Amino acid sequence: MIARLAIANRGEIARRIIRTATSMGIETVAMYSDTDAGSPHVRDSDLAVRLTGRGASETYLNVDAVVDAALRSRADALHPGYGFLSENAELARAAIAAGLTWVGPTPDVIAAMGDKLAAKSAMAAAGVPTLPTWTADDPAVEFPVLVKAAAGGGGKGMRVVRTRPELPGAIEAAAREANGAFGDPTVFLERLVARARHIEVQILADSHGNFVHLFERECSLQRRHQKIVEECPSSALDDELRRAMGDAALRGARAVGYLGAGTVEFVLEDDGRFWFLEVNTRIQVEHPVTEAVTGVDLVREQLLVAAGEPLSVRQEDLSIRGHAIEARLYAEDPANDFLPCTGVVADFSVPARPALRWESGVEQGSVVGIDFDPMLAKVISHAPSRLEAARSLALGLSRARLRGVVTNRDFLVAALRSTAFLRGDTTTDFVDTAGVPRLRDATEEEVAVAAAAAALAARHARRSTAGVLRNVPGGWRNSVMPPERASYRHRGTNVEVCYSFGRDGSATFVVNALTLQLSGVDVSAAEPGLEVTVSVGGDGERRLHVLEAPPKVWVQSAGGDIELDIVERFSVAGSQNPEGSLVSPMPGRVVRVSVAAGDVVEAGTELVVIEAMKMEHKLTAATSGRVGEVLVSAGDQVAAGQLLVVVEDALRDGPDAPEGQAKPEGQAEAEGTR
Amino acid sequence: MPGLALQSSVDTNGEDFASRRDAMLEKLSELGRLAESAAAGGGAKATERLRSRGKMPIRERISYLIDRDSPFLEISPLAGYMTDYAVGGGMVLGIGVVEGTECVIIGNDPTDLGGAMTAVSIRKLMRALEIARLNRMPYIQLVESAGGDLRGLSDGDDPEAVMRRNLTHFAESGRMFHDITELSALGVPTVSIVFGSSTAGGAYQPGLSDYNIFVEGHAKVFLGGPPLVRMATGEISADEELGGAAMHASVSGLADYLAVDEMDAIRTARAVISHLHWRKAGPGPLTGDPEPPLFDPDELLGLMPADLRQPVEVRDVIARIVDGSRFEEFKASYGSTLVTGWAEIGGFAVGILANNGVLFSESAQKAAQFIQLANQCSTPLVFLQHITGYMVGRDYERGGIVKHGSQMINALSNSTVPHITVILGASYGAGNYGMGGRAFDTRFVFLWPTAKIAIMGPKQMAGVMSIVRREQAARRNFELDEDSERARSEAVEAFAEAQSLGLYATGRVADDGIIDPRDTRTVLTIALSACHSAQVKGAPGYGVFRL
Repeated sequence: MIARLAIANRGEIARRIIRTATSMGIETVAMYSDTDAGSPHVRDSDLAVRLTGRGASETYLNVDAVVDAALRSRADALHPGYGFLSENAELARAAIAAGLTWVGPTPDVIAAMGDKLAAKSAMAAAGVPTLPTWTADDPAVEFPVLVKAAAGGGGKGMRVVRTRPELPGAIEAAAREANGAFGDPTVFLERLVARARHIEVQILADSHGNFVHLFERECSLQRRHQKIVEECPSSALDDELRRAMGDAALRGARAVGYLGAGTVEFVLEDDGRFWFLEVNTRIQVEHPVTEAVTGVDLVREQLLVAAGEPLSVRQEDLSIRGHAIEARLYAEDPANDFLPCTGVVADFSVPARPALRWESGVEQGSVVGIDFDPMLAKVISHAPSRLEAARSLALGLSRARLRGVVTNRDFLVAALRSTAFLRGDTTTDFVDTAGVPRLRDATEEEVAVAAAAAALAARHARRSTAGVLRNVPGGWRNSVMPPERASYRHRGTNVEVCYSFGRDGSATFVVNALTLQLSGVDVSAAEPGLEVTVSVGGDGERRLHVLEAPPKVWVQSAGGDIELDIVERFSVAGSQNPEGSLVSPMPGRVVRVSVAAGDVVEAGTELVVIEAMKMEHKLTAATSGRVGEVLVSAGDQVAAGQLLVVVEDALRDGPDAPEGQAKPEGQAEAEGTR
Repeated sequence: MPGLALQSSVDTNGEDFASRRDAMLEKLSELGRLAESAAAGGGAKATERLRSRGKMPIRERISYLIDRDSPFLEISPLAGYMTDYAVGGGMVLGIGVVEGTECVIIGNDPTDLGGAMTAVSIRKLMRALEIARLNRMPYIQLVESAGGDLRGLSDGDDPEAVMRRNLTHFAESGRMFHDITELSALGVPTVSIVFGSSTAGGAYQPGLSDYNIFVEGHAKVFLGGPPLVRMATGEISADEELGGAAMHASVSGLADYLAVDEMDAIRTARAVISHLHWRKAGPGPLTGDPEPPLFDPDELLGLMPADLRQPVEVRDVIARIVDGSRFEEFKASYGSTLVTGWAEIGGFAVGILANNGVLFSESAQKAAQFIQLANQCSTPLVFLQHITGYMVGRDYERGGIVKHGSQMINALSNSTVPHITVILGASYGAGNYGMGGRAFDTRFVFLWPTAKIAIMGPKQMAGVMSIVRREQAARRNFELDEDSERARSEAVEAFAEAQSLGLYATGRVADDGIIDPRDTRTVLTIALSACHSAQVKGAPGYGVFRL
């Protein structure tokens, strides 16, 4: 029996485990790094232990620290969650040696499955279909080919290579990334399966010889080799294939003596053949999909098994009820190759309806930094049909208020509503081929109404805090004066707002070229922020939620959220970066500086490479010119927006300098290395 | 909470109401047209030329200077009406909030005669300084002026006729320099933003200010420009070296802040006001959340009759401008042609004196008492004028109407609480004086579009003149030609009528502007708040009352 469970993890999964443990009457112990002090998972737990040190490596990835924390808190069991040390055999061994009950398979199984090459042979021996493994100089290598890290996971150290000349460089980069992420540079090659689907089977095994599978999860929607949408059942499986894959998974599990909850991952070809990929010896991010359709609490089963009890379910009791879909909300920029983003969560408000399962580790005020995975939350819908599950998930996501960090929300909503997805046309290349827009394109009218709402909210805030004449109508005039003005930028475009109020409280807003007649204007508190009710041209009342956190303001309507940059009325001279400035798109560490002052560069020339979130990001010149200043050097820690390099336009310095040539705002584009 | 809510007997569905409302709206639309023309300044072309030089029109400068979404009360927006000058008088004057501080803001309109100082704009400037002084409000001037209006004669003018009619003199206008520096001595900060030329006499505007902000490349401040210097000393010089912003910021020290452009200058002025940490000396409003009146202010449009000899129930006006329509009436049954009582407007405590007919001895005495009471409790007074004068006639003279009227004027003259007057309709004779007229240091005087201000009513005026002529004719024993007498009478009445119109007065800066009746409560709130910038304190003593 487990009395007190320590959780060597953070964020939503720590909260998830705490929830089930608590309902089973088990006390919980949270662990936290300094940056996570006061986080929701810390507050949810009964006890919390600080992990001293910096970054993940000294805290959640530190075996000794984690075991020590569990012992100090007098926990009798340790749950690793997912990620971090969840598939680390050393932790399992150390925990068991320290007398803790380990929630997971035996250390030997973890170790065996952690080496992908070893796992492949074990599965092949058990009769599970596997793809051939190639080495770098194998003449049989077919392109395109996939470079994978033996110790890999989460897409790290993975590269798609299309031609042989690219191979050595890709292997080197993958090895470097794998070494950075897992401390093991070993990589291998595998055939890249075209039009593939990622199908995984959830398994459970107890120490009484019971093995069950809880059907599949389809996780084909991926970007950067990481899943973003998962569902059960898969639209590609019929009962026969479902049984075949479930049987294969259990065959493999039995062969290796599996214990606890695990996932056997397969790649499914469009001809129905499937190949073993790997076994994840832990709870998965996407486990709630299975829980929704089967009604089984997987964390509870994990804890039962760890305590030596039998599983609570038998294979014949299990069936799939309805359809469940999970979407992962990431702090990342879909328009910028899904690169991770950082920031402070200014608003995290989830709608009461539709009723979805929200699992999040962040809240308003949380800092999304570079130390940890940028997943903000996952959202799970469960409905009688796939269509309803997809639509309610999209609606719930679109209604949520997620401000302060750039997220993939709009992309997820668009993906869930796309015909390709609704048709079940989900293959691993979906993100690249389905044509789902990376950004929501708000109409001119939507932007205009949003800017008007932002101005109304700002006006309300100013008027309600005015030190004098507070109860005189805002902007009141007794003569002909210019209208009140507010300026914003939306995705680099100026949004100029002019407005004036009539005697009856109606208002005329001119936003760029659009004129809006507003009536029924009301502004009320809706923490955090303000709710603006307005009727545009008499079309019925709309409610918009406005949150201002300079230099940004967000306006959410039924159509979605629009982020505006506030253009200050009075700018301070000299506060702008010079033209041709390359600024860091995210916080990170400079891996190398590829140019020196005076170098002549062309558009696309690599200037600086920075590492963030364990990924290398190549920053290139937006235009050709000569390098003026270089302000950083390798090893420097840089902040988002920090000036790195200035490229002077060579042409502009010459005697024939063309005048008035517009240059792109961004000045340099960040390009993630693939 | 003062008093019970007033009832109102106005039949808003009646024909009278509708026709009065229509007439008022017609007057308002005429005023609206004049306001548009004032705002247009020197016209679209001149404005375009201004913008092409990187400059903003004056109203835009002011709109960026004041706090966003804050109110702005323009003072005398139609100054110059029916004069040789453009409506508006080439200057914009108003009360605006800058960094949370109510300020007097005045600026030249450089599109109108290059912002030259004219008889009208000097009156506005003097009024601006007076408002700042009486109400202890920081003073900001936005300067861009070609200097004094040197045009003496127009083509075809008879020089002697022009001189005969002109009773102003250059020497008088020096008073503005006196008043600017006096403000500073009284502890009222003065700020000049120089956007363009400010030369000769104009150079003293920044010269005498506490803080000067010059726009680089645009501000030019010198006593004598290149032609004058050349005439005086033979020295050849250029504008920039004589009086450019950069020179003044780095060499002469006349500029305290050098702004890169107009927006930077405005930003700087706001920063200057911000660092004053200005504290108002008055007690401020009693509540930040006053009740609106129970009756729709829109109904104020339908109260004033076309014929101002008709009485108006002034409580119907009060009910639509005071908070919660609450009014604690004082001496309701005594001297009932003057309504006196206590109320709140925009949260500010006030005493109200409002005409409800001709002033009799009792009403004058009641006024004298009420004004003294307001001084006892340091409460500002609001006068609502609709007055044809003090009662005349044998009985009234014998009853001491002169004495009693004098008591009222004595109480008013020596009262030290702020007075604000709204002229709703008639404002004739000594009634204008006794009811807080302009000449009595009234802090603000506003007119409704229906206001008429004169020694007496135009009909009475024509009638009196006719009687005098008939008496003369009788004495000299000749017969008046009735037709020409009628024509003369009509001409006199028409002239008197035209001269009595509110617009005529406002054109001469004899008031602070004509307001939309629906804005009365808002205007009074802003004016009261301005008055509370200074100490609000009743008179410690009084002159001898003739009892």
